[in-house]
Amino acid sequence: MRKITYCDAIREATVQEMERDPNIFIYGIGVPDHKAIFGSTVGLQKKFGKDRVFDTPIAEDSMTGFGLGAAINGLRPIHVHIRVDFMLLAMNQIANMLSSYNYSTCGQLSVPMTIRTIIGRGWGQGFQHSKTMHSVFAHIPGLKIILPTTAYDAKGMLISAIRDDNPVIVFEHRWLYWQEGEVPEEPYSIPIGEGNILRKGDDITIVATSWMNVEAMFAADILEKRGINVEIVDPRTISPLNDELIIKSVKKTGRCIVADNDWLHCGFSAEIAARVSEKCFNDLEKPVKRIGFAEIPCPTARHLENEFYPNAKNIIREAENMLGLEHMDFTGIEFYSHEKKFKGPF
Amino acid sequence: MDSFVDFDLREIGQNMCKELNIELYKKLYLIRASELTIQKYYNENHMKCPMHMSEGSEAISVGVCHALGERGQIFATYRSHSAFLAKTQDTDFFFAEMYGKDTSPLKGKGGSMHLCHPQYDFMGTSAIVASNIPIAVGAAFANKMKLRDKVVVVFFGDGAIDEGVFWESLNIACLKRLRIIFVCEDNGLAVHTSTSIRRGYNSIIDIVSKFNCHIIESDTTDVSKIYDLASQALEYSHEYPVFMNLKYYRYLEHVGVNEDFDAGYRSKEEFEKYIKEYKDPIELQRLRLLDLIGNDKVEKIEKEIDNKIFQSISRAKNASLSNYKEAYKDVFK
Repeated sequence: MRKITYCDAIREATVQEMERDPNIFIYGIGVPDHKAIFGSTVGLQKKFGKDRVFDTPIAEDSMTGFGLGAAINGLRPIHVHIRVDFMLLAMNQIANMLSSYNYSTCGQLSVPMTIRTIIGRGWGQGFQHSKTMHSVFAHIPGLKIILPTTAYDAKGMLISAIRDDNPVIVFEHRWLYWQEGEVPEEPYSIPIGEGNILRKGDDITIVATSWMNVEAMFAADILEKRGINVEIVDPRTISPLNDELIIKSVKKTGRCIVADNDWLHCGFSAEIAARVSEKCFNDLEKPVKRIGFAEIPCPTARHLENEFYPNAKNIIREAENMLGLEHMDFTGIEFYSHEKKFKGPF
Repeated sequence: MDSFVDFDLREIGQNMCKELNIELYKKLYLIRASELTIQKYYNENHMKCPMHMSEGSEAISVGVCHALGERGQIFATYRSHSAFLAKTQDTDFFFAEMYGKDTSPLKGKGGSMHLCHPQYDFMGTSAIVASNIPIAVGAAFANKMKLRDKVVVVFFGDGAIDEGVFWESLNIACLKRLRIIFVCEDNGLAVHTSTSIRRGYNSIIDIVSKFNCHIIESDTTDVSKIYDLASQALEYSHEYPVFMNLKYYRYLEHVGVNEDFDAGYRSKEEFEKYIKEYKDPIELQRLRLLDLIGNDKVEKIEKEIDNKIFQSISRAKNASLSNYKEAYKDVFK
């Protein structure tokens, strides 16, 4: 099958959906400019016109309410934030209005709105350009929260989000934009709420979100050489959460590491640890372990930033501890790094 | 022949004027009598939601909603008994929701602060100050895209102007030339805090006038004048958004069904002086109607409305509470 990048998969999903339904429009700061949200909105304004593809004032709060108003009145907005940190300016509209409109009207006014928000790291983005915070949004009933990992997921899940009659927030990791994968040309949808087993194994379960799946796959390759078979479960949708795949996997392996692309405290990893302990208590060989961002704001300088983000090394170490293995020597192993792919600016 | 035609037209005009004034009064009276009914029963503690009463403001929502008629799509606030009833006159819905009964389409999920009746284009309310404003702007955008002959009206208080999102919303509406009427129901108070200690500027009109929109301001309590101003706004809205700043006096406390002149932030004398100068909107329209149709007809109208409200509140009190399972429904579509 044809291979395209995660970024192109997003763009293709948007184009195909906008061709299908004239009620869809896409807007946000920088959507039609020459950088086109890291390329994910390239050519859309030329193709669909200025009414359906437009830039906005620097006014995230009102422009979120704007989408909500359009959505309850017959349109299907896609609002794009080039950083999740900027989306926080819209927290009032998201938490107080968007999440509860359908509920408070007993389903009379639903909100078919998609919010795309980009998360990521690297090149000294610092503490205001590097957050994820999906757990904060997943905490609020009435919002659907998805984190596509592969290019295939990106297209299929974005199409599902656009077709959904509820507010869906899509968290797209900047580093995933370059990942290539097999993506069908025709439109298809991956149901929201359906997880994915990225790798099968019997020894240990890793539940990972977004970019941490890439790190987990890397760690699994290394561990495989030592005879350890890792099962990687990507929930993809974290709210509403269907934990069946996770529970089934942990019942099989008896061991669980959660590698979340976020802080740990009160986070999605805590939710998974709680569910696993509630539902797999007697199957667990060891307590659940969690890996995520350091409990600090993200610093800027590279050597400090490296302290903030976890990677495959952390996953391998936790797996070794859990399985009672000796710590391996990492010398000669090339892990993912900024320098390999990215020279900035973002 | 010419004079005959003129005479005939004048009579039609007078009849239309009479009918209009009757309709305006019916709505004013319905709202005031409904709120007096809430005041009568609230202390029984069966209406378990905070009440932000409209008393004093009725002429604004009645004048505006009536002028726009079916073309109006309304967004309002937690203080929207008046706008809700002006737009819908649905007292069965209104009282059933106050009591959280099964007969309310909202099943008790909204209460006084979150009234919504899409069937009548009453599109929702918010209890977070100013948060309804950008939503109204987005709805106006949808009307433009779908070529609908609808005009969005968004009601908010003067406190909403303190919020950044008001300015963001005004900006985007003007930028996109959307068909929307911003109606500031200006009572000079944000909760208990007066405008003078909240604003680093003297005139909201001066500032808004720099935006590409039309401006209308008034401090009248006369519903027919507000009706005329709103009709003007409707015409203006073809060209640009309209900002209406309409002043009124809030009779009761910020939240609750009582007066609070003993609280110290304003005095009864201030209120009495206001009423003497401006007149209560319901009284004012009643006096006009007495001239137009006489006492018997006015009382007949009032009796019919009283009866409608009595029926609605009786039905609401006698209805079952909504099923507790409703709490779990409609989180998602």
